[in-house]
Amino acid sequence: MEKIENTSAVLQIQGLTKYFGGLCAVKSFDMTLNKGDLAGLIGPNGAGKTTVFNLITGLYAPTDGEVKLDNESIVGFEPFEITRLGIARTFQNIRLFPNLTVLDNVRIAYHAHIGYSFSDSIFRTPRFGKEEKALIERAQEFLGIFQLEGIQDELAKNLPYGEQRRVEIARALACNPHVLLLDEPAAGMNPREIINLMELIHFIHDRFNLTILLIEHQMRVVMGICENISVMDFGEVIARGTPKEIQDNPKVVEAYLGKGAANVS
Amino acid sequence: MGIGFIFGSLLKIGALLGYLYGLLWVMGHPKKWVKIVGVIAAFGIIQLALTDFGGFKILNNFDQGLLFQACAMTMVALGLNLIYGFNGQFSLGQWGFYGIGAYCAADITFRWVNGDSRGLLVVGLGTILAGLAIWGIGRLLKRFRGIPVLSSFTFYIIGVLVAGGAAVLLGNLINPLLAPLLGTVAAPGVLNSGVAMQVVFFFAVIFSGVFAAEVSFLFGLPVLSLGSDYFGIATLGFTIVVNTLMVNSDTILPFPEMKGGRGMIGIPKLTTWFWAFFFLVLVIILLRNLVRSSTGRAIMSVREDETAAKAMGIDIAGNKLLAFVIGSFFAGIGGAVYAHYIGFLSPGTFDFMLGFNPLIIVVFGGLGSITGTIAASFGWIFFLEGLLRVLLSQLGTEAPTWRFVLYPITLLLLMLIRPQGLLGNVEWGFLKSEKFGLGKKREPKPTTDIPAASS
Repeated sequence: MEKIENTSAVLQIQGLTKYFGGLCAVKSFDMTLNKGDLAGLIGPNGAGKTTVFNLITGLYAPTDGEVKLDNESIVGFEPFEITRLGIARTFQNIRLFPNLTVLDNVRIAYHAHIGYSFSDSIFRTPRFGKEEKALIERAQEFLGIFQLEGIQDELAKNLPYGEQRRVEIARALACNPHVLLLDEPAAGMNPREIINLMELIHFIHDRFNLTILLIEHQMRVVMGICENISVMDFGEVIARGTPKEIQDNPKVVEAYLGKGAANVS
Repeated sequence: MGIGFIFGSLLKIGALLGYLYGLLWVMGHPKKWVKIVGVIAAFGIIQLALTDFGGFKILNNFDQGLLFQACAMTMVALGLNLIYGFNGQFSLGQWGFYGIGAYCAADITFRWVNGDSRGLLVVGLGTILAGLAIWGIGRLLKRFRGIPVLSSFTFYIIGVLVAGGAAVLLGNLINPLLAPLLGTVAAPGVLNSGVAMQVVFFFAVIFSGVFAAEVSFLFGLPVLSLGSDYFGIATLGFTIVVNTLMVNSDTILPFPEMKGGRGMIGIPKLTTWFWAFFFLVLVIILLRNLVRSSTGRAIMSVREDETAAKAMGIDIAGNKLLAFVIGSFFAGIGGAVYAHYIGFLSPGTFDFMLGFNPLIIVVFGGLGSITGTIAASFGWIFFLEGLLRVLLSQLGTEAPTWRFVLYPITLLLLMLIRPQGLLGNVEWGFLKSEKFGLGKKREPKPTTDIPAASS
């Protein structure tokens, strides 16, 4: 495992490996995200993409390897600590807090950075009122960006799918991250929604000065917005490069379409 | 009797619910002076109803008993609602903490009136020192990463035991100094009458609440890391252990005054309407302030989706423990209020079968609804203990037992018709979430450029 000293790197992953019993889900995964990158991670079903996300965010403990955020190792940290350090994520199957309102969903994400203490809330000090008011205003502003302000008092479970996706992205951004991991944001969306989603991702990337890593099945999304792409198959990275290079890579075509397909196309 | 009694009882229940609505409304009034005057008025109304006007009382002694019982039950149920309704941890341990609070407070005041200040001193110093020990050890352990739960649990146990030992030593040292001031049962001293007794009672209630909270901290620390069902079973075990300790309190525990299975008698009946009301309002305010804050939202997010909560930077274990500890604190306070109203404690009262009562109340009133729990507690006590018990006893001596057939049926029907509980998510007045004048924005913005999904 060679040591990479890259100062502009926000997220460095080296030799990340995860075994579930005897099954190797991720094998020696390397990746470096520089500040402002918009990278994609693709691969067939079961390639280990979501496992990589779970390893980065601390939901799984890696068997081996190193994850560094701003040149600090975050392996062994609790998931909530990793989020507080600046990595936020969304989930493949939307995981909103279904019985809470949209506003509460977003406000929960601010919890780590809340401006008042526990005793402030118990004794309802003036500070509580001030901070809570500022919090609601900030959350509403946020919902405004995602055009969700009209539905802030709806329960999250009552929202249509596309809005749930937007709430989830808004909630992840409210954690104030500098690295955002999006797990199949376009899953289950129709082509029109996908175009909107791509614009939205571009927009938040520029607006919040984010580094984004994206898992996606929809080639249109990945090819459209990602600057560089890694392709995984059976837990290993089989190709890296720009969208154009990936499209022409015979190994990628083989992984998706099977052996021999590369020669045909 | 007959129709008149039923009508009167139903009227009483209705009036009580109206009273609770009024109380919560006035507590939520934006103007401060209206709040204070309103709460005092709410206290006064019941106080008047309990006052004896030359042989006539609007609420008779039987009703008064029910009222205090309902207040105690509300506190226990509110604690459980925090644990189960808001935090989603299915707990059957609430009844054990209720018992701990009851016995602890009863022991303090019982000893006090018998000229022994050690009860208050040891429990008071013990809870304070143990609290400090827990806080200090917590700070210390935070500096290290990846300490297993059981290791930190060992540190906490050692810290609390040392604190407890120190409290016992100090208590035995200070006690002789206070003994002359306390006097004996026959000749009560300065500290054993009037205002001083009320102060002692106040501290007894608070300390027993804190004591229950600290026990729940030590118990919850290792046990809360279990999954939800296993946690439920472990807490059931806790209630049974506590009950067994009560039965054997004079043999295996060094508390002869608790008299084991025969029941503790001679507890001073210090719970007046003032104290019942005071602690009820205190618990309601504490719970509402907790739930309607960022911490409260974090607690609710744990119930909704643990994985998502983790990904939102929320400390799952810490928030579970917090909810559990505060819920047990409420149970301890409820137990203390109950003990000083009834004046007699028997381990049978804290049997785990009866421990399902607060659970039923919480589900009945609506999980995660504070209003629902309050209304259901009062309704439950007055309907079941007040109306049905009297009504059924008209039909024969064995008939009151039928209420344990009637209420499960009611519960079954309710679960079929309204699974979200009687009140669902409705909150009254004070308990509504605050908007800070920033409610829903009125002007609807056209959302044409990002269309809603066509699901």
